Amino acid sequence: MSGKSRLTYLNGRGRMESIRWLLAAAGVEFEEVYLETKEQYDKLIKDGFLLFQQVPLVEIDGMKMVQTRAIMSYIAGKYNLHGKDLKERALIDMYVEGVSDLMQMILMFPFSPPDAKEKNLESIKERATNRYFPVFEKVLKQHGQDFLVGNKFSWADVMLMEAILAVEEKVPAVLSGFPQLQVFKTKMSNMPTIKKFLQPGSPRKPPPDAHYVETVLKVFK
Amino acid sequence: MSTKPKLYYFDGRGKMESIRWLLAAAGVEFEEEFLETRDQYEKLLQGGSLLFQQVPMVEIDGMRMVQTRAILSYIAAKYNLYGKDLKERALIDMYVGGTDDLMGFILMFPFLSAEDKEKQCAFIVQKATSRYFPVYEKVLKDHGQDFLVGSNFSWADVHLLEAILMVEEKKSDVLSGFPQLQAFKARISSIPTIKKFLEPGSQRKPVPDDKFVETVRRVLRMYYDLKAN
Repeated sequence: MSGKSRLTYLNGRGRMESIRWLLAAAGVEFEEVYLETKEQYDKLIKDGFLLFQQVPLVEIDGMKMVQTRAIMSYIAGKYNLHGKDLKERALIDMYVEGVSDLMQMILMFPFSPPDAKEKNLESIKERATNRYFPVFEKVLKQHGQDFLVGNKFSWADVMLMEAILAVEEKVPAVLSGFPQLQVFKTKMSNMPTIKKFLQPGSPRKPPPDAHYVETVLKVFK
Repeated sequence: MSTKPKLYYFDGRGKMESIRWLLAAAGVEFEEEFLETRDQYEKLLQGGSLLFQQVPMVEIDGMRMVQTRAILSYIAAKYNLYGKDLKERALIDMYVGGTDDLMGFILMFPFLSAEDKEKQCAFIVQKATSRYFPVYEKVLKDHGQDFLVGSNFSWADVHLLEAILMVEEKKSDVLSGFPQLQAFKARISSIPTIKKFLEPGSQRKPVPDDKFVETVRRVLRMYYDLKAN
């Protein structure tokens, strides 16, 4: 294994995208292996690489890590993005889990049947504007700091930034009632590692298209 | 707020049960407030106690914590059930992720339609015996230690025992191909705090029944059936 972490997943966002964001935000370079066929996936399983027969897989520090949350927790801990003590970690975890619930809706969206798509899109919009964004708007307003937790850049900021952009792709004016989040988005966009990740040619993946959906169904059938 | 953690949830397992298990395993006494009416839930919402408008919620150490995973992580770390370093924590997180996925299939079970229930039961047993149990069987066999990670009792052990018992409720002989897990189950069950939790009269909740389902639906206004896997 080279010194760099290696990510194994499809060539698309899915559950790996949050991990790409976090590594990029931490300024960590990584390699990627893309699953394109069922045979590749079956071979990974046969060779014992996938603890629970699932991807994402991240090879990092001599470990073959699976389970998205476990991977992100490890990266956050390793690169000092998980707060300075147990209580900050608790806050970060709460925020991250909340954002994850929202991201889960977006993750599943491309796989909804055509007649459910409009309803699901409406749900994403409703949840973002009534349940999730107001929480972070309030957090930022109350402490007036640049970052969500402990006046320091953390995993929570990265996840929220990812979620804001992902929802905006579906609901372009979604931040119109959230001035704090608008400022937050701008600030995050200007952080050097994030700015780099948002430029063309970075490991960031485009929104899922029909080809991506097709590949998922083919590889994991 | 009293010094004991206080749990806000329905009087039943659901997502709170893993939290009850972990607190009990750590030997921590806790109080519970059971949601029975829509009014109670709306009062909690209006009072601003539920960060994302959801339960579980646990009042602990001056915080109103929500999000099951966040709560469990906090408890595990506070009571030294989270490994001794980042790498042990990573292993624990991976193992817990697996048992969490498995228990997730069981969690939704009471909210499925009658016809989906049978299908889901078979699915649960199939996943348990082909995807999850073999992993933990191998981990225990390979290192020959009493506990999953680092020779020390951890959150991963508690979570696995909970998962084993839940699957056994669906198929009582499900451990028949897993001698290491049988020994593990006996061992962990005899740890004093866990033994106490497994006795009648503890705060462990029974298998969800119709009353539980009715209460959840009524309080959350969740009248649709979930979809089976």
